Amino acid sequence: MIRLCKLVKNYQVGSETIHALREVDLEIARGEYVAVMGPSGSGKSTLMNLLGCLDTPTSGVFELNGLNVGEMDDNQLADVRNKEVGFVFQTFNLLARSNALHNVELPLIYAGISAEERREKALSALNQVGLADRVHHKPNELSGGQRQRVAIARALVNNPSLILADEPTGNLDSKTGEEIMEVFEDLYQKGNTLIVVTHEEDIARHARRIIRIRDGRIAADEQRVDSSHRARIGVQTAGSHSESA
Amino acid sequence: MTWAFELREGLRVSWGALRANKMRSTLTTLGIVIGVVTVTLMATAIEGLNQAFLKSISSIGSDVVYIEKFAWFGDEEWWKVRNRRDILLEDARQLARLAVSSLAVSPVADTFRSVRYNNRSASGVQIVGCGSEMETVGNLTLTAGRFLFPEEVDGARPVCVLGADLAANFFPHEPAIGRKIRIQESAYEVVGVVAKLGSFLGVFNMDNRVMVPITRFISDISRWPNVTIAVKVRNLDQIGDAVEELRGVMRRIRRLPPDRPDDFAVNQQDAFIKMFNRLSTTIASVGLFITGLSLFVGGIGIMNIMFVSVAERTKEIGLRKALGARRRTILIQFLMEAASLCLFGGVLGLVLAFPLSLLMSHWLPSSMSWIIVTMSLTIALLTGLVAGFMPAYRAARLSPVEAMRNE
Repeated sequence: MIRLCKLVKNYQVGSETIHALREVDLEIARGEYVAVMGPSGSGKSTLMNLLGCLDTPTSGVFELNGLNVGEMDDNQLADVRNKEVGFVFQTFNLLARSNALHNVELPLIYAGISAEERREKALSALNQVGLADRVHHKPNELSGGQRQRVAIARALVNNPSLILADEPTGNLDSKTGEEIMEVFEDLYQKGNTLIVVTHEEDIARHARRIIRIRDGRIAADEQRVDSSHRARIGVQTAGSHSESA
Repeated sequence: MTWAFELREGLRVSWGALRANKMRSTLTTLGIVIGVVTVTLMATAIEGLNQAFLKSISSIGSDVVYIEKFAWFGDEEWWKVRNRRDILLEDARQLARLAVSSLAVSPVADTFRSVRYNNRSASGVQIVGCGSEMETVGNLTLTAGRFLFPEEVDGARPVCVLGADLAANFFPHEPAIGRKIRIQESAYEVVGVVAKLGSFLGVFNMDNRVMVPITRFISDISRWPNVTIAVKVRNLDQIGDAVEELRGVMRRIRRLPPDRPDDFAVNQQDAFIKMFNRLSTTIASVGLFITGLSLFVGGIGIMNIMFVSVAERTKEIGLRKALGARRRTILIQFLMEAASLCLFGGVLGLVLAFPLSLLMSHWLPSSMSWIIVTMSLTIALLTGLVAGFMPAYRAARLSPVEAMRNE
């Protein structure tokens, strides 16, 4: 589903060029649960931005569902983000003035979906993350864990092919963090593709595959033993994720 | 997304943002309110001035031509025209005989004198000497009695017709007809009273006058008057031809050889209107420019606050873009916010300006017209769109990654 080929991303800071990603090759199949790890400055945020279609690569190929994202303009990228990607951020990024329902409806507005249908879909997404009774609460009336659940509901409300989480437990205590990871586990079991960026081993251990990034290159790509019963998908990742560094 | 959908959502978002900053929105919109009030009132005042002028100018009559020694608004050098011969009563008589396109011709001359009746007296009354045709030429209606008879004019009889105000002053409780008033030492019998005419250009009262036969006027009041010949033309559509005919006839009467220029002027209401239009255009453009400046200042206020609004919500913009908002969507959202602010200010300004315009109508025959209302709202809306465009464009172009990093 995701294919990166010799992906390069450079930033210009003053007269200096920062090589955030150096020729990264990577493939991720539908239904995978991947953790991306690395110290700060390793390029994992850059990779996350590229995978989320928030940014375009300097060179190389990035295909998402067979679409070449690298050659898209601003509006096409916005459409891809809207339809294919669901974001979960470290700081939740909810609209403070709006209640949970409206926050979850937001991607549907940009998809041009009518008000009744939006409400219906948002309610079902909130139900999925166990917040059916907090629909009309504003973010400041919710706990950190609940806020992140709202953000997760928002990420999955438009049925994206990919859910991207950037340090989803970074602002939560470890108990709440575990709860959030259970929600992710649940989403994975339902067949969603998940990519979680983190620097915590405990969090990464929930994923079925861990990609370690160092100095803009993939340093390790380990397939963890899938103890769950996911024979239905028949994960097709073998062979493609050998180390490229 | 369709435009209607996008506009509706943009409106919702921008209203939410405005409501969240009530105090700031109100203060910002105040600039627009003041701008719209001043522009609207200025436009209303100018229109009132125009209407007042046209109403008052109509007393001259659009179908009446005045043959006089000098042009009303002549560009001729004074030394070229100062030696012109006076126009005589005899000229008027000949003109009445010769000009076929005229409906009625009356000589007119005036001066100001004191008038007495018993122990009442009025000074500075306009004494008008005219012919019996003046009733037709001046389109006069009489509230009592009759106008001057031709025989009275030919015989220079001591009779007079009073203006409405003078009649009301001298004869508050009794009929004026048959009474004798005194102009200087001679007595004149009142034969009629003219209906109220109002004032000319708001300064000259046309109802404080006495009309007497011009023959009597010359023998009794003013020996060598400068006579004006007032001519009512038969057909307003052919007033141009009529003016040409009158010029020709006048030249013949005054025996002007073909190589000499006219030594008289043919004046029309037209000249007044042209003169006034030139004046009022200048007044209007200067007035609207100055008041427009206040609206401009209001627009700068809007632009400023929109920049603040964008800066403040950079993170929100980043999030919206990450969730799939296109550039256009963000642009519309912020344009709507600026436009709503201005439109709200415009409506509020009109609501405030309306009672003020009613107050103004005590002095000027003005009213807030739909054109002015539409114009004000359009200008307010345009101000919002123009002022909001720069900040909105900047917001729309933000990169989602950069924007979300903003705290």
